[in-house]
Amino acid sequence: MYYLYIVAGLALLVSLIASRGKTVRALKIAARRLIRILPAFLIMLILVSVVLYLVPDELISRYLGSDNKFTAMALASLLGSITVMPGFIAFPLAGILVQKGVAYMVIAAFTTTLMMVGMLTAPIEKAYFGLKVTIIRNVIGFFIALAVAVMIGLFFGEIFP
Amino acid sequence: MKRNNILKILLFASYFIFLLVAWLTGFNPGQQIGYNFGSFTADMLKILPGAFILIGLFEVWVKRETVERHLGEEAGVKSYLWVILLSGTTVGGLYLAFPVAYALYSKGARLSVIFTYLGAAAICRIPMAIFEASFLGIKFTAIRWLVSLPLVILTSILLGNYLTRRGYKLSAGE
Repeated sequence: MYYLYIVAGLALLVSLIASRGKTVRALKIAARRLIRILPAFLIMLILVSVVLYLVPDELISRYLGSDNKFTAMALASLLGSITVMPGFIAFPLAGILVQKGVAYMVIAAFTTTLMMVGMLTAPIEKAYFGLKVTIIRNVIGFFIALAVAVMIGLFFGEIFP
Repeated sequence: MKRNNILKILLFASYFIFLLVAWLTGFNPGQQIGYNFGSFTADMLKILPGAFILIGLFEVWVKRETVERHLGEEAGVKSYLWVILLSGTTVGGLYLAFPVAYALYSKGARLSVIFTYLGAAAICRIPMAIFEASFLGIKFTAIRWLVSLPLVILTSILLGNYLTRRGYKLSAGE
């Protein structure tokens, strides 16, 4: 996160040297946009806090380890769609699951839906894009994630061993 | 719209009353939820000001013509390359890509480029990809990129063109 503030700080400094007036205007725009979208962020945070309680890591590990790879893949893609998890938690978890013998295609379904399908970020997406486009975009993301999982399964020799 | 706002305020109020009661009575699930809320809110508050300052500076300094020339209706295939590179720098999560996408849109980027940006921001953030490759191997990350990126660009073009024909517009985040 530090590099964000290094970049933002430097940009602000350069902007301030170039034009005081424009910099003040930029900060006003920043504040106005941030305040406008805050309610959507609050809804997302509320959803995240509840869903993370209902779907703990142990539950994810249990479902992804299911014996049938295709059932596990389907469950993984659903779990990935309804949860959010920062990468620094998701990938170490994925690494552990692989060591436990979970198939790569199941991991791919989980991590890719985690990244591409955002049920919990939908309040924010909807505020900018509207409900219909939000749904279309997420459904597309879900199918792309399935395509990724199947290709991973093929290349790792999990579908045709 | 009015009714919607009242519903939102009711939702927020009941949620926080629930957290308060859970905290006072030691109701464990409620405390857990409160803890989750606190830690995620703290994470987000760390990122949001920096990100929105950059968005504000972008709005003020970047000329509309520049964005239109490189990412607009008349710009060519290269636009996809530019936004994919831009998406690689996305910090935080997808939730920050939406306000950035709106900033690009308001400066004249075309819809298919906006959707490519969102899709790529989900799958190609550089810090995340490094993390992924170190836990799951380069082969895994490479296949994921090679399969998902072309599909993201293709579906973005289809969706973008369809919505452009229908006269679709983004809103400023209500």
